[in-house]
Amino acid sequence: MAEQQNNVTAGYVKPAPSEVRGKKASIKKKKDSLVKTVFMGSIIPVLLIIIWEILCRAGVVPSNQLPAPSTIVEKIISMAQDGSLWGHVWITTYRVLVGFVIGTVAAIVLGSFVGFYKKAEQLFDPMIQAFRSIPSLAWVPLFILWLGIGETSKVTMIAVGVFFPVYLNIVSGILGVDRKLIEVGKMYGLNTLQLVKRIILPASLPSFLVGMRSGLGLGWMFVVAAELMGASQGLGFLLVFGQNMSSPETILASIILFAIIGKITDWILKLVEDRSLHWQDRLEK
Amino acid sequence: MSLALRDVSRTFNGTTAVQNVNLEVQPGEIIGLLGTSGCGKSTLLRAISGLDPEYDGEIEINGTVSKEIHDTTGFIFQEPRLLPWLNVLDNVTFGLTGSRKDKENRAIDYLESVGLRGKEKLYPRELSGGMAQRVAIARALVTSPEILLLDEPFSALDAFTKMQLQDLLLDVWKKYQSTIVLVTHDIDEATYLCDRVVILRGQPGEVEKEVTIEQERPRDRGSEELAHLKSEILESLDLSKQ
Ligand SMILES: Nc1ncnc2c1ncn2[C@@H]1O[C@H](COP(=O)(O)OP(=O)(O)OP(=O)(O)O)[C@@H](O)[C@H]1O
Ligand SMILES: [Mg+2]
Repeated sequence: MAEQQNNVTAGYVKPAPSEVRGKKASIKKKKDSLVKTVFMGSIIPVLLIIIWEILCRAGVVPSNQLPAPSTIVEKIISMAQDGSLWGHVWITTYRVLVGFVIGTVAAIVLGSFVGFYKKAEQLFDPMIQAFRSIPSLAWVPLFILWLGIGETSKVTMIAVGVFFPVYLNIVSGILGVDRKLIEVGKMYGLNTLQLVKRIILPASLPSFLVGMRSGLGLGWMFVVAAELMGASQGLGFLLVFGQNMSSPETILASIILFAIIGKITDWILKLVEDRSLHWQDRLEK
Repeated sequence: MSLALRDVSRTFNGTTAVQNVNLEVQPGEIIGLLGTSGCGKSTLLRAISGLDPEYDGEIEINGTVSKEIHDTTGFIFQEPRLLPWLNVLDNVTFGLTGSRKDKENRAIDYLESVGLRGKEKLYPRELSGGMAQRVAIARALVTSPEILLLDEPFSALDAFTKMQLQDLLLDVWKKYQSTIVLVTHDIDEATYLCDRVVILRGQPGEVEKEVTIEQERPRDRGSEELAHLKSEILESLDLSKQ
């Protein structure tokens, strides 16, 4: 990362009058390439779904094991119509978001502390590293024992899952800030607080955002675990419910909904990332 | 501000990079540091700036000995070191205080002088190497430092831009009477700009020779006297001789 920030590559500057035209053209180009990626990316899934549908209709696969895609879509639509869908989606998203916020805030506090103070690093980091090697799901029984199977234990679990990737990335982001840039700040007489605000934070932002995104991914994983353990509502609950009712379409509907919401939340973070890191000198694909 | 180095040495894990450097610089003097690659020029500059307090010996700035960073000191590094998340204008105003309008006006003046007017909104990744270095030069000059340390500031530039910026440096010097220490590999640059050229040699680097240049400014780049000084300096840099 340090390298990438420090290097100033030879750039190319558009002359002013053609700038607007250039921008429009590049937006159009972007749109074209977006359409193209979406198209290319959907060829195989669409083909597979069609084959799947045909196989189901022809009775090759038993529908009580693997329902046809159209059955799953019908299931989702019927849940949306009777209103139960929104409750499940909302409660699951809510748990992830609350857990995500708590985990991220805890990671920011502890991570900056450990990143900035050598003493704090010596005190906390070995312990946190040791905890990290415990698969976070192993905590589940303990949390349930301590906190019951209510909201608190679910949110705590998610927060624990989110905490580690965010924490690790913040620490490595702060420790990885280019010494040369810090020296620039020092030459201008910045004190520690100003150095943090004006150099260390912006320089470690990319790493922080990477941590947030992988933390969010883990948050979604943990909400499934938490809801499988015991819940009366939520997408994870739908999974168990579908299993108990031997209704594979409910399970598959729930999986698809997980995929959709997970992707949307990740996409939001990606937007934030693109916005705040537009200065980065990244390879443009 | 005056500047004095007394027996300054710097050792990195057992190997000495520079040894026993003594130097007295009068306020407003321009000193050139010349020497082969790796003889410790950047190391000396970092010691003077206060960024590296691990040297032995004494460095006195304006009569006080300290290892602190002085905020009246400006440093142009060997690389541009722009902050990649700030655009050109914000990079130049980085070290300034005061109202935003004020800062920007001053910055724009200097951007104009380094030939980057109209490029204020570009980000460092959009600059060429030489453009980035010019932004770094503007960023250091805009604070009108009393001591200005320059580490090969013009080495990434074409001959013509180089000459322009050397004259810009002289303008700033004239206006603020800054004390300047300039590391360079370009002997013509040294003879054109400096009152005195200090030649470092060897590993560990030691002061080999000091050459005083008395010619009045503005100097004629092609003058015979400068050519003569150049050959004198070249001779003492020649490694094949002892
Ligand atoms: N941080 C460091 N740690 C260890 N050795 C160092 C460090 N900085 C510099 N050196 C050593 O000190 C010596 C002088 O380095 P310095 O950067 O001052 O050279 P220089 O005269 O500026 O060379 P150049 O003209 O190539 O920039 C070199 O041998 C280098 O290896
Ligand atoms: Mg150097």
